[in-house]
Amino acid sequence: MHPFILERPRDLEAALALRAQAGRNDAPVEYIAGGTDMVQLLQEYARRPERLVSLAGLLDNRIEVGPQGLRLGGGATMAEVAAHPGVIEQFPVISEALLESASPQVRNQATMGGNLLQRTRCPYFRDVGYEACNKRAPGSGCAAIGGENRWHAVLGTSDNCIAAHPSDLAVALVALDAEVEIRGVGGQRTVPLADLHRLPGDTPHFETILEPGEVITAITVPANPAARRSHYLKVRDRASFEFAVVSAAGAIEMDGSRIRQARVALGGVGTKPWRVPQVEAALAGASLDSTALQQAAALAAEGAQGRGHNDFKIELMQRAIVRAVETAARA
Amino acid sequence: MTTAIIGKPLSRVDGRQKVTGQATYAAEFDQPNQAYAAVVRSTVAAGRIASIETAESEQAPGIIAVLTHHNAPKLAYAPHKGFTDPVVGERLHVLQDDRVNHQGQPVALVVADTLEQAGHAATLVRVTYAPETGTTDVTRVEPVLPTQQKTDQGSTQPPETRRGDHEKALAGAEVNVDETYVIPRENHNPIEMHATIAAWEGDHLTLWDKSQWVHGVADEIGAVFGIPAENIHVVSPFVGGAFGSALRTWPHVTLAALGARAAGRPVKLMLSRREMYYGVGYRPHTVQRVALGASRDGRLTAILHDGYEETSNYEEFSEALLSASQFLHSCPNVFTRHRIAPMNVHTPTYMRAPGEASGVFALEAAMDELAVALNIDPVELRLRNEPEQDEFKNLPFSSRSTRECYRLAAGRFGWDRRSPEPRSMRDGRLLIGWGMATATYPMNFAPASAMARLLPDGTAEVASAASDMGPGTWTSMTQVAAEALGLPIEQVKFSLGDSRLPKTPPHGGSMTMASVGSAVQAACRKAREDALARGGANDLAAAMRRIGQAVEATADSAPGDASKRFSMHSFGAVFTEVAVDPDLGETRVRRIVGAYGAGRIVNPKTARSQCVGGMIGGIGMALMEHSIVDARNGRVPNANFAEYAVPVHADAPPVMDVIFAEEHDPHVNPLGVKGLGEIAMVGVAPAITNAIFHATGKRIRELPVTPDKLL
Amino acid sequence: MTSYDVTRRELLAGTAVAGVALAGVNLMPEFTSLAAAQDAAPAAAPLDIVLRVNGTEQRLTLDPRTTLLDALREHLHLTGSKKGCGLGQCGACTVLMDGKRVKSCLSLAALAEGREITTIEGLAQSEELHPLQAAFIERDAFQCGYCTPGQIMAGVACIAEGHAGSPQEIRQWMSGNLCRCGAYDHIVAAIQDAAAVSSSVGGG
Repeated sequence: MHPFILERPRDLEAALALRAQAGRNDAPVEYIAGGTDMVQLLQEYARRPERLVSLAGLLDNRIEVGPQGLRLGGGATMAEVAAHPGVIEQFPVISEALLESASPQVRNQATMGGNLLQRTRCPYFRDVGYEACNKRAPGSGCAAIGGENRWHAVLGTSDNCIAAHPSDLAVALVALDAEVEIRGVGGQRTVPLADLHRLPGDTPHFETILEPGEVITAITVPANPAARRSHYLKVRDRASFEFAVVSAAGAIEMDGSRIRQARVALGGVGTKPWRVPQVEAALAGASLDSTALQQAAALAAEGAQGRGHNDFKIELMQRAIVRAVETAARA
Repeated sequence: MTTAIIGKPLSRVDGRQKVTGQATYAAEFDQPNQAYAAVVRSTVAAGRIASIETAESEQAPGIIAVLTHHNAPKLAYAPHKGFTDPVVGERLHVLQDDRVNHQGQPVALVVADTLEQAGHAATLVRVTYAPETGTTDVTRVEPVLPTQQKTDQGSTQPPETRRGDHEKALAGAEVNVDETYVIPRENHNPIEMHATIAAWEGDHLTLWDKSQWVHGVADEIGAVFGIPAENIHVVSPFVGGAFGSALRTWPHVTLAALGARAAGRPVKLMLSRREMYYGVGYRPHTVQRVALGASRDGRLTAILHDGYEETSNYEEFSEALLSASQFLHSCPNVFTRHRIAPMNVHTPTYMRAPGEASGVFALEAAMDELAVALNIDPVELRLRNEPEQDEFKNLPFSSRSTRECYRLAAGRFGWDRRSPEPRSMRDGRLLIGWGMATATYPMNFAPASAMARLLPDGTAEVASAASDMGPGTWTSMTQVAAEALGLPIEQVKFSLGDSRLPKTPPHGGSMTMASVGSAVQAACRKAREDALARGGANDLAAAMRRIGQAVEATADSAPGDASKRFSMHSFGAVFTEVAVDPDLGETRVRRIVGAYGAGRIVNPKTARSQCVGGMIGGIGMALMEHSIVDARNGRVPNANFAEYAVPVHADAPPVMDVIFAEEHDPHVNPLGVKGLGEIAMVGVAPAITNAIFHATGKRIRELPVTPDKLL
Repeated sequence: MTSYDVTRRELLAGTAVAGVALAGVNLMPEFTSLAAAQDAAPAAAPLDIVLRVNGTEQRLTLDPRTTLLDALREHLHLTGSKKGCGLGQCGACTVLMDGKRVKSCLSLAALAEGREITTIEGLAQSEELHPLQAAFIERDAFQCGYCTPGQIMAGVACIAEGHAGSPQEIRQWMSGNLCRCGAYDHIVAAIQDAAAVSSSVGGG
């Protein structure tokens, strides 16, 4: 690791102030909460802050389920949220996405906020032996384009970056219209999770809309009848403990034998958690027969661009949508 | 007098140490005043170091030394080739010149007071390269004939072998299969990363090293530094897995010793997981064409097996890729050709079941394709081509239980309930497939020595420089010794993993039990006979009391002329059931049943562990393992444990069954053992891909079978 | 005999990290923009911390970069917790923190202050093995033994969490611990055995 000063502020205000002095992503001052991604990035020299500001013990870790919906403190761990009875009952897709993520150990350590802000698994980003990575070294190029890109995104890419967003949780949350509460020195604001992450465009090193010093203090998910009938499907090379090759979150409200409303999002294929409203619109009013589901799922491929090794994801993500919706409907 | 101890399913004698955290691996022998080393590695595959600036690194906190080719001592690098080194070529020299031969090659070494300081200071060494166009794309390199080809028993043979006229036979065959099979590079990836602690006292060096062959380390480092091997003490009692990666002495051991010399302090060097992909070998990428000709009644008339594998451009690595095709099935016309693809990569090495794991995959996948083409049951096809003798060597088999293995494993598996048509078996939406393959691995036996010392109190100390990377050498040798001495196992203490103990061959090739076990047995028998004679008693305890001092004996074991009279191999049969999700392409193995004729089983408990372990390794090979080599520059982007997938708990089949065929083979070695560690991995991958074909009707000839290949 | 005319730079050996300006430079020139921002970086001072390990308070002066795993292995010489990747990808470093399983390689030691840490060395009560340790021996649930302490600590937690109800459940909840020797089948059996012991004594 690059040498850093470890700051252990007494309260959140002090933490915000320490971090606010510095710039955006890859700044000389960074936060550390659960540490499960940050320590990897530090060990691999993919991140080299001079100061590390610990958020340990400073963040709300409550989990509240009420008539309005769900509220997850930014400091709640993945394990706590996954095991919460209210989450399991009313928002199964969230619990499932968490249980399909990482390992039991990491889920005991990693926080909600940190999970949403984890960096891409793009191997070229994480291996500093590669000079070219526009996320790590802006303007240096993209080693993934023209390289092995089985891991990479087919949606939301640019000529500067094709790195896939890694969070399973974010995929489940974005399907359910989650919002994030953000706090900085200037106060608090709330933004839709769908707007938290930015597309890479020409500035792939700016991954989120967070201003310097801002932290995610909570995640809220509005109550929705579809959330109860929801499912997270994850496809991967081995049976557990692996990032998604492709994943799909599906939430369904039925009206007799027809779908009243559907919420669908994809993981492993987008440069950010990828909601597919066109698929949702096509599913609304549809019956559960496989032709209807396949036709709706096919709309997800709109604008998808493979780079060779990841071409198969365009087909696989459609099949994943069909399976996730079917399974959710049976729940 | 004790009853038979060999053959008992005893728990491991080192079990308590392992479950309490007291078993001590290479990096855990901390020395007083120890410093830490970190390696700077090249980021190009070929070229020269144009400049290397160390000033900033040297000024970093805690830095003791920064070594590059400018200031590192010129080392002797005396000619030396150990048993596990490639026959042709010269090993990589470190920090001796500006030449870069492969990605990740060491270009500098940093030594600092702490682990954190060393790691960071390594990133402060500025290196610029004059890159050259290297060869890093395995799909574009032209394979060439090697100088020599290693056989399955470690000797060499010409790269081409033939009997009969395969061309004519293939052209005239009633049924043909002609396909090409590709296995990507795989890394051993033991969970313990390679590590060395080096400490000098004058011109004597102690190395606490992760090694499958302590004498190999002493010999190699002695040659590198130009000092007698006797001056080098290598200690390696526990090895946290290796699977072949610790058979050779790799450059990082030299670096640790160099660092310790430069620092004037003991130095610890532990590689990172990423570094493990750039300096401790790997199973090479192989491309194999197999052409089979057969008569309509299912008799093989021709086998062509033409394979090549990647190697470095400074050493010709070769393994017994094609051996099994020469004798596993009866066939009058057989041609094999072995080639190599030299590239700007570091030298591959033996990885669990080297040669056979890859070669038998191709052969047994092709046999399955032939069975389909003939519409003959895959087991029946093999039975129809069961040879009476080794047709390559023209020798009888010392023992061969293939028929029994098919019978036992097929019976346990319930093979007779298989519906032969692909896609004909289902479980809900999942496609179910059953597949099988034959396995074989040579019985290897190399000279070894052991010492047995009887003590007046009636206990015994037995020792040999052997290694135990997991199979249970500690335990099995204690069993052999106790039985030979006629003592209860509790009264025998076995020691290994130290170059001051009697010499052994490398702990690989499934030869430890045969070689070291025979030496241990001989030494113990000798010590017992000496004691009884000197003590003038029929009872050992009484004899030892009477003698009143230790009675020590050493003995050597060496293969006789059995290999001139017999072809000696283990054989087995592997049956698997897979479930494939036809929509999502995911394959999970539900059942594996393996039956093995491997001679005498010394400890059925640890033997079963070895076999289920090999099955898990085979699942990894079949379904997920793949070191991706960037064709542009030879880097391995997935050089970690997150993007290089190895099987996890959830990948283990709910049913794993291991059966040992009863075998009494008096020819192979005094113990009658044939080895298990390697054959346990052979045949698993083809049994899985054959099952995937049966499930889906899709024949996947390039491993691993990831979901994208089944969409 | 070879000569060893190495430039020794022992002048810095043993000195503290304070007062030395660090230039953040990497192999890649692309990093210079980042490095420029780091030129004025103050050096990281060692931290005095107290770790509570296996019921004992341990006072340490550590580089802030020291992970909990390295503090255990390199400073406290508790080498039962193993390093297999340093990146949270293998599970060999698993310890209990306030009774919950965590990967100690992903935790900075200084941020583990005030937590109760249990390692494999703290599991057995003197001579008596923990039931899961005994079950591992009985079931031959390991070969090389390197992943074993992590498997056992994760297994203890798996049972305590109530995730050892069936072999299938155990396989899911133990998948954070790689075993390259492939002892999974036997590890699951050992955990089942120990879970049965713990439920029969009303524990868990």
